[in-house]
Amino acid sequence: MVADRPAIAHIGSMLEPAVKVENLVKHYPTAVAVDGISFAVRRGVTAALLGGNGAGKTTTLSILLGLLLPTAGRVQVLGEDMLRHRYRVLPRMNFSSPFVDLPHRLTVRQNLLIYARLYGLPRRRERIERLADDLQIGEFLERPSGKLSAGQKTRVALAKALLNEPELLLLDEPTASLDPDTGDWVRGYLEGYRKRTGATILMASHNMAEVERLCSEVMMMKAGRIVDRGSPEALIGRYGRTNLEEVFLHIARSSRTELEPAA
Amino acid sequence: MNGRRHSAARVWAMLLRYLYLLRSSWPRTVELMYWPTLQMLIWGFMSQFLYVNSSYVFRAFGVLLAAVMLWDVLFRGQLGLSMSFLEEMWARNLGHLFVTPLRPYEWVLSLLTMSMIRVLLGILPAALLAIPLYHYSIFSMGLPLVAFFAVLIVMGWALGMAICGLILRQGLGAEGMAWTVVFTLSPISAVYYPVSILPHWLQHVAWALPSTYVFEGMRAVLFSGIFRADYLLTALALDGLYVTLGAAVFLFALHDARRRGALLQMGE
Repeated sequence: MVADRPAIAHIGSMLEPAVKVENLVKHYPTAVAVDGISFAVRRGVTAALLGGNGAGKTTTLSILLGLLLPTAGRVQVLGEDMLRHRYRVLPRMNFSSPFVDLPHRLTVRQNLLIYARLYGLPRRRERIERLADDLQIGEFLERPSGKLSAGQKTRVALAKALLNEPELLLLDEPTASLDPDTGDWVRGYLEGYRKRTGATILMASHNMAEVERLCSEVMMMKAGRIVDRGSPEALIGRYGRTNLEEVFLHIARSSRTELEPAA
Repeated sequence: MNGRRHSAARVWAMLLRYLYLLRSSWPRTVELMYWPTLQMLIWGFMSQFLYVNSSYVFRAFGVLLAAVMLWDVLFRGQLGLSMSFLEEMWARNLGHLFVTPLRPYEWVLSLLTMSMIRVLLGILPAALLAIPLYHYSIFSMGLPLVAFFAVLIVMGWALGMAICGLILRQGLGAEGMAWTVVFTLSPISAVYYPVSILPHWLQHVAWALPSTYVFEGMRAVLFSGIFRADYLLTALALDGLYVTLGAAVFLFALHDARRRGALLQMGE
């Protein structure tokens, strides 16, 4: 019986959501960025935070990453209290954003090697070579990161984000500024990664087609609040539209009083 | 034990980052050596001139040269730390670093180590060049030199951490402080003249700086061959106080940057 306890605890932790946010609030002196949101993301799914500029998506992601302290609320990531024990969970998650380049003067390989060391990975060179093959970045591993094209930078950023094979991957507009071909390739890669590893992906995106393709759960944000949520199909059906972009536009153009925040 | 090993690996990772940066630009490496060597040349020739014209310097030829080189330990110690910190700001890399398991103290340890490497790279060539040029070796001071070096570099670290904290708070608009603040301490550190030259009220300020004890102690060694252990102990105590304050300012600024959401936004 005693021997069963760790196994039960392990199963329990697997049943917990990957991300659980309760009454999250972030106030700045002149603005309310996040206004009391609560949501959970199940393990092994791809979910999205959608909303216009200033809706609170990036603020929410930053809090989940521990880069930003909330004014109030609770944040649990992979079963750990992110505000109190973030160093327990940071090795198991990662982040990528096309808006935050890796240091320009170092080569791609040097950057990846440093991040591999920061995550304490064994067999670093092997891991980098494998990711370089997977993400087709081998030919510019020795090039300074600042001399890459937008598409190359995105793939390198993704390589950095996948170095530690994260259980939770947070992405801020993963295909922004990419041509359709590269964007499609990145989406395919992310889909494959989730299926292969069982990882959870939470992304902020403005690309509705991308969200429809990748995500099974969507939280629609506006002015720091979650105003609706559900699967892309459920949202499209609920608003009587033909695609998620139309739902997005409807929500973005509605006044706040017209929208009842989802329970 | 495993935790400590990982911690050391993260410090090494950051150190490696700064070494890669240093290696990637030879002009930067040359610049590290350029200013200390240039200063040594100017003050070396000045000392040679004064050697035959001043009884003060006559008593110890190397006093000005030693002062120049030791002052550079303080200046380069502070600048070395600040420059590595600024590299992260310029590269907008703080957002990447602080989503890894890197702890703030591990980052600070890598910044301190890098500062030590930069100081040695900058000052050793100048110190070695003085031997054939002026037949003067700062190493002839012996063990007191190690003590002076330690006090000054720790003071540089204290100042560097406080300055980096202020830059974190104010943003890159305040980066000029990394080059300028230390020079406000130069006139009151009694680097080139005894502290008794200063106005009486300013002497109280001077004796609150570890650097003043070093330069007075250095003159005591060079002029009288006496090592002032009392100066060293006071300087170490002050260093302890200032390094604690510097670290507190830096860590508080980092925490405050997390509260303000500045870690993702900071950069050029």
